[in-house]
Amino acid sequence: MVARAKSSRSPGPGIKGRQQLAGWIFISPVVVLLGLFLFVPVLMAAWVSVSDWTGRGSPFAADVGYVGTENYSQILTGGGLATQDFGTSIRNNLYYVLFVVPLQTALSLFLAVLVSRRIMRGRGFFRTAFYFPSVTSSVAITVLWLFLFSQSGVVNKILSWFTIDGPNWFADPRGVIHVFLRAVGVESAPQALATNEFLGISWWQWVSGPSMAMSAFILMAIFTTSGTFMLLFIAGLQSIGPEIEEAAMMDRANAWRRFIHVTLPMLKPTLFTVITLGLIGTWQVFDQIYVGTQGGPAKTTLTPAYLSFNEAFNQGDWGEGAAIAFILFAIIVFFTIVQRFVLRERDTVKKPRTKRSQAVAVEVER
Amino acid sequence: MKTVRHTRGSRRLSLAAVTGTAALLLTACGGGSGFEDEGGDGGEQSSGGPITVLIGSSGDAETNAVTDAVNAWAEESGTDAKVQVAADLNQQLAQGFAGGEPADVFYLSTDQLAAYAGNGSLEPYAADLENSGEFFPALEEAFTYEDEFWCAPKDFSTLGLLINNRLWEDAGLTEDDIPTTWEELRSVAEQLTDGKTPGLAFGPEYQRVGVFFEQNGGGLVSDDGSEATVNSAENVEALTFVQDMMKDGVAAWSSDIGAGWGGEAFGKELSAMTIEGNWIAGAMENDFPDIDYQVAPLPAGPEGEATLQYTNCWGIAADSDNIEGSVELVDYLTAAEQQMAFADAFGVMPSVEPAAEEWKEAYPEMAAFIDSADFARNLPTQEGANDVIADMNAQLAGLKGGNPQQILDGVQQNMEAVVSQ
Repeated sequence: MVARAKSSRSPGPGIKGRQQLAGWIFISPVVVLLGLFLFVPVLMAAWVSVSDWTGRGSPFAADVGYVGTENYSQILTGGGLATQDFGTSIRNNLYYVLFVVPLQTALSLFLAVLVSRRIMRGRGFFRTAFYFPSVTSSVAITVLWLFLFSQSGVVNKILSWFTIDGPNWFADPRGVIHVFLRAVGVESAPQALATNEFLGISWWQWVSGPSMAMSAFILMAIFTTSGTFMLLFIAGLQSIGPEIEEAAMMDRANAWRRFIHVTLPMLKPTLFTVITLGLIGTWQVFDQIYVGTQGGPAKTTLTPAYLSFNEAFNQGDWGEGAAIAFILFAIIVFFTIVQRFVLRERDTVKKPRTKRSQAVAVEVER
Repeated sequence: MKTVRHTRGSRRLSLAAVTGTAALLLTACGGGSGFEDEGGDGGEQSSGGPITVLIGSSGDAETNAVTDAVNAWAEESGTDAKVQVAADLNQQLAQGFAGGEPADVFYLSTDQLAAYAGNGSLEPYAADLENSGEFFPALEEAFTYEDEFWCAPKDFSTLGLLINNRLWEDAGLTEDDIPTTWEELRSVAEQLTDGKTPGLAFGPEYQRVGVFFEQNGGGLVSDDGSEATVNSAENVEALTFVQDMMKDGVAAWSSDIGAGWGGEAFGKELSAMTIEGNWIAGAMENDFPDIDYQVAPLPAGPEGEATLQYTNCWGIAADSDNIEGSVELVDYLTAAEQQMAFADAFGVMPSVEPAAEEWKEAYPEMAAFIDSADFARNLPTQEGANDVIADMNAQLAGLKGGNPQQILDGVQQNMEAVVSQ
């Protein structure tokens, strides 16, 4: 409709039409590639998720039956092992997202502000140093992490200097919130939390917090991805001209206020990108788990992405594996929409008010 | 007006072109290469085509031994055959079956048997082998699904008790003290415990702690596999026995003392005893050559001697182009002398009874492992059972502070769902 309205307005219609055809021809290689390697596989996976395909031969063969939403209900409401595993993986990943996304965003912003300061010496060196973990293969870093966080590893050695008896990180399934509760005297689950359950695991297990093993992965994710997002923030910071900061200085805003009220609002598009990419990346965490723990200890590092792989390739439950992948897709879309809503432009309502309150603040200072 | 129609027309044309391309692509996928089910027409499989052997190797020694054997057979028979080492065997097998082009011969574990036999991926050939009657009965049982003997066990391993000789003597123990009952096991573990170093350590998994269940007359499923018996009184008693040893600090999970598996704990002298299989010989030789140790059969429980055994078979794909040749190859690979060659190369035990004596003579210090074959049991092989066991292992990690009855009750529910399928 839009295209038609536009083209009817513009002169030289014949050329325009031919241009459009040429346009289609030009993009056809990409359309074909995307179709072949993205669209068709997604459709196939969608079919597998509603079929009883056993993993032999074509999923479109005559003997593969349609089972409706059986695979989905098995995972979401079945109450059996499939549901428990899925619930556990969602819990694990939820804590992973909850810790990694805010921390990595804050840290990368902090680093970006640091290395963007014009007076700092050796900026280039620090930029490279902070970016380094991002360009290293995640498999290599995972292996490194396994060493660092082993029972007698470097991390525990450092902790021992402060007379802290470090846990055996990658073999410790205790959730950090549970550990904390135990430390303040809550030994066992309150009745209400122990008896009620959601997705096959009790609410007491839901509030366990990330396990020690997952905490190590959380630290690793923050360590590796902060560099990437730092680059995005640096780009965002560079697009803010020095005159804006100068103007804020003239208004006698101190450094902290300049950051909160000037820099941060102007970084909002970058912030949106970083959080979106962070959310997607953290919900899809797979390679660290595959290399590091394969879901252990006690399934506390099981994530939906790894569970999907495991169900399909190791257990032969292709339908359930595909269904988990689609549920994960829905979760990511949901969270992205939520954060889009939270970070939406509210300038029209808010801006005058903030300005006024700032003016008032300046008045008061005088 | 005219202009509008023109544009619209060309748009429609290009759209049609795109849709056409997409449709073509789809048919290309459906018709030709990977996704077609080619196994259905059957009949003329034995075209004498080349044979691919997919193995999950423990290291160079195994890879070289299998490659040599397959090459020797290929030369002898004139059929082309080559070995492929899988990085992730399960995943590569699954991919092959899904694509309709699986490897012809491959390693297959007991827990994958039910799924692949059930969906028709496997060729049930084992009963036709020349040496079909010579396999250990318990191994034949492990690869029997719905009363059919599907594939030939390639070798096997049992669990035994490994003892560190130096620590054993330091504790003032002698040859006569080697435990033969649970009480004796407990008492030697106590004597071997030194501060935070427990006398006994093994991996936090049913695959190890299960020996106590079996020794107490328990097990995860009933003998005919029709009933889940996870929370039986025998099992609870067995698990409580292990838990008590842990609470007293005389036994521990290998993971709790900073080792990846029982063998590592044992090799690093983090524990004086462990429960492991005969594969440990290779690990000790390579990683901990200075440790002097001996192998004893596991002590008997209240209900007699028992251990667990692990085995893989040579699976043959139903979709193979050369089933006849594949069976001949397996015949060659499972022959007694070839199995002894494998034993020499990478420390496995032959799956055929006639080779057992020879093996024992060649490896007298490992005799306890093959002697244990007489009372070795299999893990449940129902489809989905390994999922349940994996879940159980997840809970076993917390055994020390947990409640055995509660742990087993939870697993019982899951196992019931699996056996009632």
